[in-house]
Amino acid sequence: MATRTGRGAKDVPGDAPAPTLNSLMATKEIVVACGPGGVGKTTTAAASALMAAVNHGSKVLVLTVDPAKRLANALGLDGIGNTEHRVPDSAFTSAGLKPRGQLWAAMLDTKESWDSLIRQHAPDEQTRDEILANPLYQNIAGRFVQSHDYIAMERLYEIHSTGEYDLIVVDTPPTRNALDFLDAPERLADFFSSRLLRWLIVPYRSKLINVATKPFYQISDRILGTEFMGDISEFFILFQTMYDGFVERSKAVGRLLSDRRTTFIVVSTLEATPLREAEFFAEQLTERKLHLGAIVLNKVLPDYLQGRAGTKVAEAMKDRAEDLAAELAPRLGAAGDQLGDPTQIARVLTEVADSFLNFQVVALREMEERASLAVAPDVLATVPFFDTDIHDLNGLLRLGETIWD
Amino acid sequence: MPSEPMTPLLDRKLVVVTGKGGTGKTTVASALALLAAGQGKKVLICEFDAKGELAGYYESPPTTFKEKEVQPGLFAMTMDTEASLREYLKLQLHVPIVGRIGPVAKAFDFLATAAPGVREILSLGKICWEVRDGDWDMVVVDAQASGHIVGLLAAPQAVNGLVSVGLIRTQTGWMLEMLSDPKITGLVAVCTPEEMPVSETIELADRVRAETTVELAAVVVNRVLPELFGRNEEAVFEALATPGPLSELDGLVDGDAGPLLDAARLAVTMRRTRSTHLDRLREGIDPGVPLLYLPYLFSRSHGLRTTKQVAGSLGEELGF
Repeated sequence: MATRTGRGAKDVPGDAPAPTLNSLMATKEIVVACGPGGVGKTTTAAASALMAAVNHGSKVLVLTVDPAKRLANALGLDGIGNTEHRVPDSAFTSAGLKPRGQLWAAMLDTKESWDSLIRQHAPDEQTRDEILANPLYQNIAGRFVQSHDYIAMERLYEIHSTGEYDLIVVDTPPTRNALDFLDAPERLADFFSSRLLRWLIVPYRSKLINVATKPFYQISDRILGTEFMGDISEFFILFQTMYDGFVERSKAVGRLLSDRRTTFIVVSTLEATPLREAEFFAEQLTERKLHLGAIVLNKVLPDYLQGRAGTKVAEAMKDRAEDLAAELAPRLGAAGDQLGDPTQIARVLTEVADSFLNFQVVALREMEERASLAVAPDVLATVPFFDTDIHDLNGLLRLGETIWD
Repeated sequence: MPSEPMTPLLDRKLVVVTGKGGTGKTTVASALALLAAGQGKKVLICEFDAKGELAGYYESPPTTFKEKEVQPGLFAMTMDTEASLREYLKLQLHVPIVGRIGPVAKAFDFLATAAPGVREILSLGKICWEVRDGDWDMVVVDAQASGHIVGLLAAPQAVNGLVSVGLIRTQTGWMLEMLSDPKITGLVAVCTPEEMPVSETIELADRVRAETTVELAAVVVNRVLPELFGRNEEAVFEALATPGPLSELDGLVDGDAGPLLDAARLAVTMRRTRSTHLDRLREGIDPGVPLLYLPYLFSRSHGLRTTKQVAGSLGEELGF
């Protein structure tokens, strides 16, 4: 593994400086970015990974597991696949950057990841092909959301265990799903070791039906039909051959998430609903004894909106718009000139004042929300509202710099 | 493309609302239901992902699987797959297991995890059942986010492909019919005029057309910022912002007007950035699909008052 040049906590014993995202990312191997939807999670993950690659001289991978394929956009790359791709030097050069490390990116393709997992764990070629061709498998792997959660963590584990990267930054689906994805390894292990699965995989129709299992079969039969039950059972008989491997793997994934080398960054905005969700998530992390490294608050309106002085000026501008316009008119243009029209100037002054007061309401509410934040991460970082969209390395860097130190 | 005119949104019996996270999906769904109820319809709104947020939009007690009246003529419920199963077993199969649901529910929970689509069918089934047999003029679903909605809407077809006999098959048959009928069912996608939400909405519209039989009935563009300056006014603003006039203005108002002009500039830039995304949305969505615009609310809080405000704006957009 490459040596890292960032300042680790152990370099500064005794009088340790306050932790920053910089120090966090210099000391961890896995950073999981999570939070509600629409708060800029993907962008934050990409920006943090970029900052680490640029500043730490490490080999950094950003892995997006969001079903909406957005990381490619944010990184200015087209179609990042399931395999990891290095963000080319030319992309950095044209952004005027000279990174000390490397930035890699990958996007999770659920179906492809499942297939590769099956190939890896199947005991022989015949079982492998039968599973891959099973219609039930194809549906589970390709279409349904729950399988996504598991495979995301599985893939993180797989990539981490190759030792290829100094740091892996993972972007996750929105909060509730993010919780699911934390539970996914354990759920899958439960699932495979459950007694119910044993019942199912006794060849269908020849199983010993006892008092406890009878209602289950009766109901399943009536609802799903005997044939479908047969398909399910066949699928799990095939899957059973990989049972031990899966359970082992699930447990290992669970251990990796709670390992000291892993930290979580909760991303939110200061709007009430997403912030409550983010708080909930942060609490859950703590409850599960997972490391809450940072909270990043995105799209925060500028401080100047909060000042009471501004309110006074705005009110004066509204109340006395016509007088002010009359005074200002000669300074702006000649009589009869467009710019010197007092009515128009008064309208502009009123618009400016109204708009300020409108945004102030939002800004003050944001400040209140921030003050009442009920969780205490190591790092609390705020990203100002950017007036343009972020879709290139420069934009990511601009964002990254606001949260780095 | 069929040439007959689209069924108006409020004339549909089942409206499923989706949208990228953070765009105001629940705000729009709750306002739409309130608007319909205000038109004298008897409306059921169902929160699908059980976040327990819907109640806040009506300032009502927490919603449950059993619907409750939250506003006159408006009833709200929260989806619960297990409760849906219990109801289904009782009403459709006459399975008397109410007292001992525990082990069976657990078994079914397991099966629902194992057998793809079963969970989706159970929740969607409950909704379709309410549309068909319930006493409602309209059912509004506050559904999953756009990343997951296609999986839900495509579930009946997926299950149809996997199951050839049995009750589930019978169920998916009529559900599919209902969902595929644009006179009954419509999907509403909520987005904001920002880059990612617009991209995702266009992508969603394509996937809905390709992978489901449900019609996209409308796209709601939420949080549209007001145009700050009219014609010529921007030139006046720029002239005001030059050092001379600005310091005079400072003197006249006895304070620093700089932050106000900065804020105005930010508002103008935000509006302008967003309008390019709006253009992209208009180009990317089938022109037959109406776009409904809702203004940015500067309160950012939510509650009944906001829901009513949004319902009002939605009503204006729909021509009421």
